[in-house]
Amino acid sequence: MATHAAFMPGAKVETPTFWGAVASWLTTVDHKRIGILYGSSAFIFFLIGGIEALIMRLQLARPDNTLVGAQTFNELFTMHGTTMVFLAIMPMSASFFNYMIPLQIGARDVAFPRLNALSYWIFLAGALFLHASFVFGAVPDGGWFGYANLTSAQFSPRHTIDFWMLGLQILGISSMLAGFNFLVTIINMRAPGMTLMRMPVFVWMSFVTQFLIVLAFPCITVGLILLMFDRFFGTLFYVPAAGGDPLLWQHLFWLFGHPEVYILILPAMGIVSEILPTFARKPLFGAPVVIYSGIMIGFFGFGVWSHHMFSVGMGPVADAAFSISTMLIAVPTGVKIFNWLGTLWGGSIRFQTPLYFALGFIAMFTMGGLSGVMHASPPVDLQQTDTYFVVAHFHYVLFGGSIFGLFGGAYYWWPKITGKLLDERLGKVHFWLMMLGFNLTFFPQHYLGLIGMPRRIYTYAPDLGWNFWNLISTIGAFTIAVSFLIFIYNVIRTTRSGKVASPDPWDGRTLEWSIPSPPPVYNFARVPQVHDRDDLWLQKYGDGHGGAPRPKAGPVTAAEIAAIHMPPTSFWPIILAIAMAVMISGLLISTYQIIIGGLLTLYCMYKFAMELHRPPEGHGH
Amino acid sequence: MPPQRSTVSRFPKRRPDWTLVGLLGAVVFLTSACSWVGWNWDTPMSTVIPKSDFGKTTHAIFMLISWWTLGIFIAVEGILLYACWRFRERPGAAIPKQVHGHTVLEISWTIAFAVILLIFAIPTIQAIFKTQEAPAATALRVEVFGKQWWWEFRYPQHKITTANELHLPTGQAAAFFLNAPDVIHSFWIPQLGGKRDVVPHRVNLLTMTPEVPGEYPGQCAEYCGMSHANMRFRVIVHTPADFEKWVKSQQTAPVEPTDPVAQQGKTIFTQSACVGCHTINGVSAGHIGPDLTHFASRKTFAGSLMTTTPENLVKWIENPEHMKPGALMPNLGMKGEQSKALAAYLLSLK
Repeated sequence: MATHAAFMPGAKVETPTFWGAVASWLTTVDHKRIGILYGSSAFIFFLIGGIEALIMRLQLARPDNTLVGAQTFNELFTMHGTTMVFLAIMPMSASFFNYMIPLQIGARDVAFPRLNALSYWIFLAGALFLHASFVFGAVPDGGWFGYANLTSAQFSPRHTIDFWMLGLQILGISSMLAGFNFLVTIINMRAPGMTLMRMPVFVWMSFVTQFLIVLAFPCITVGLILLMFDRFFGTLFYVPAAGGDPLLWQHLFWLFGHPEVYILILPAMGIVSEILPTFARKPLFGAPVVIYSGIMIGFFGFGVWSHHMFSVGMGPVADAAFSISTMLIAVPTGVKIFNWLGTLWGGSIRFQTPLYFALGFIAMFTMGGLSGVMHASPPVDLQQTDTYFVVAHFHYVLFGGSIFGLFGGAYYWWPKITGKLLDERLGKVHFWLMMLGFNLTFFPQHYLGLIGMPRRIYTYAPDLGWNFWNLISTIGAFTIAVSFLIFIYNVIRTTRSGKVASPDPWDGRTLEWSIPSPPPVYNFARVPQVHDRDDLWLQKYGDGHGGAPRPKAGPVTAAEIAAIHMPPTSFWPIILAIAMAVMISGLLISTYQIIIGGLLTLYCMYKFAMELHRPPEGHGH
Repeated sequence: MPPQRSTVSRFPKRRPDWTLVGLLGAVVFLTSACSWVGWNWDTPMSTVIPKSDFGKTTHAIFMLISWWTLGIFIAVEGILLYACWRFRERPGAAIPKQVHGHTVLEISWTIAFAVILLIFAIPTIQAIFKTQEAPAATALRVEVFGKQWWWEFRYPQHKITTANELHLPTGQAAAFFLNAPDVIHSFWIPQLGGKRDVVPHRVNLLTMTPEVPGEYPGQCAEYCGMSHANMRFRVIVHTPADFEKWVKSQQTAPVEPTDPVAQQGKTIFTQSACVGCHTINGVSAGHIGPDLTHFASRKTFAGSLMTTTPENLVKWIENPEHMKPGALMPNLGMKGEQSKALAAYLLSLK
């Protein structure tokens, strides 16, 4: 189809006009373009969340500071947490799911390309809706965890909580759609010969993550709907005076919230499991165990939620049970770390930027994991929960872990996605500054927590011994900010005049490195036949047991390319997402808008479902 | 740093930069070392120098886990750095042996982790059950009410009510019955042990026996709205004899003010909205705000934010919101002489 041939990334055809280019992005169903949309949106929200963190750090730089007031500070930490979890780390992972899963499993796209576009546009709608609260002066202020009954109409009468609760519901729809899409993609779209155990470990960890998403998000959705009914329709689910129970929210939230932690970390673990073998030039050590550990983490992830609630008074039996299950989950996590060390052991390690971030992940995530073991013990947790010790702990997991892993992934796959190499020197400067800033910011917070500094306080007294290390922590935060400015500079500079990447710049092991950088719209001219987890490596070097490298297949003919069917662009995903946003924002504006938006949504869903597309003959799988 | 390349070849020519890897260790080491220099553990809200049986039980487990995890940390980071140095790519090196795993090794470290965790689990479970036992009949009962954003403490055995200042004797178990009339709070005295949430319409229990007399700050540890950061309190642990003295002083009725300004303050108090919220034994019986019967005996007020001085009191009365954002005490429009008189009256309530 000529119309979308013009819209492929890296295509030779010039995009005719500026508006044509814009339209091509708005209507794209190409998993690679959607991946880029996810990644760039997520990076912008990452910067917004980062700026919120910097303002908080400035406020806390000295005691009794008055840079921002109580209300603003409470808004900042609410939006920082919500943004980083839902609008930065999750969509950054989604960006790699989108771009890399089809490439790694040898597919031409995801199972439902239009649904994929819909996921992205709903995500963007939810993110913008949440940030519209700044425009209306009703920024969410109940914490990212939004504990009932502080979120009830009685104690939070303004629209602040409404923006948060509706925004999260919109984002939940997006995550659910994407989750199912990737599950079907991974189950159905693998190239011939790619058995489950031959799947790259990143795909495996993504696979587990999708299960977590589709099983965990309904829990928070239930919680949010009960909250919505309480706030809008006067029900009393969380109102203790009427026999409701605020702890119901905590259970529903953490039944989502703990698997969410693994939703945030497993993709990064998958990325690290790709980077280490590539740069150690050795297969992942005990790959099946790494995979099983990922599955175990996902499975146990649903049985540990109440370790966030050791202080609420659940009684000794529940405390003991959740303590044991939490300690149990440390076993597969520790196993993974040792398997990564085993991967490096005996390798021929090439120190390039992606590897730095992967090593940073291991070094920092280990610390986060070990401090996590401390508060797996409820008596210890009673001293540590809701203090800066926990803030330090989960930043070692989510920044030292997820962000290091995801930026490792960004440096690793950047040449594949853009066709340009990022500058190695700037990349290493970024890494070292980030490493330094990260440890300066968060390591002292362990100490601050142990000497009693609680979380979520906008001010503190000067005589508690917290002053000096808070100042250091603030300096560290700005060091992190500088490191990301270097990343941005690196991106701008290499986009303008970077070196052109070969299809396989790192001597990779998996299928994405067997196709051009950036890949053509159809990814694989010929769907590959897969023989091993490290299929490309075997093609290049043989199996290491005397097996010769596999003979290269003949050149792809023009007729083969012409026969590839790719799905046409569609504007229904974005319009449907807008219609839904109109409907949901009506809850804050007027009933008529809900009705109009609802009807519009139904109409768009109908058109979306009935949109004509070509019969599936000649489809790639 | 590797030389810039026009395109990346499969085997780039480069010098080993394991010095950079060394830096990885250096950063971690320096940060820790710097921190060590500035570490003072004996601070007002320190959790690591426990002053009660409860705090000591939890601290012992904390130390046990800390030493083990420190060992594991050193092992992992050590292996990581060593592997990076030992197995760095050398010029002209062959492709390394494609090892896929080692079953015995993998099973060994899985079992090792499980055993280490068992070492943590056993004392943990013992401590969970021990620290949550029902309080003894001889325990001092204290009803704690966490409210936005201050604390009320009632001693049903002694018929005393106080605010933001908790008095305890050493050597006698204190049983805290935790109540929240509004939203969830968390009751925490770091030096005396861990925290327990204060949840609406459920009475949580926390028991501990303070061992060392002294003054310890406490603070709400669960985000509870606008002035969460300002919801502090003070704990004074007395010797049993001193505690008896304090109980006696609190049980006596407040003396009538003799100073004319204070007397005028009393008149203002009784004729204004103050009485709707505050109790002063024999004067008023409001229950929304803190009991002021022995207000002047407390060193701090307003969620333990301010020391009890005439200047602070005047400022507070004239604009509560300014000193504690979101404060539920309304600004009654008291000005100049009025607020000074009120402050004088309150300060007479020893």
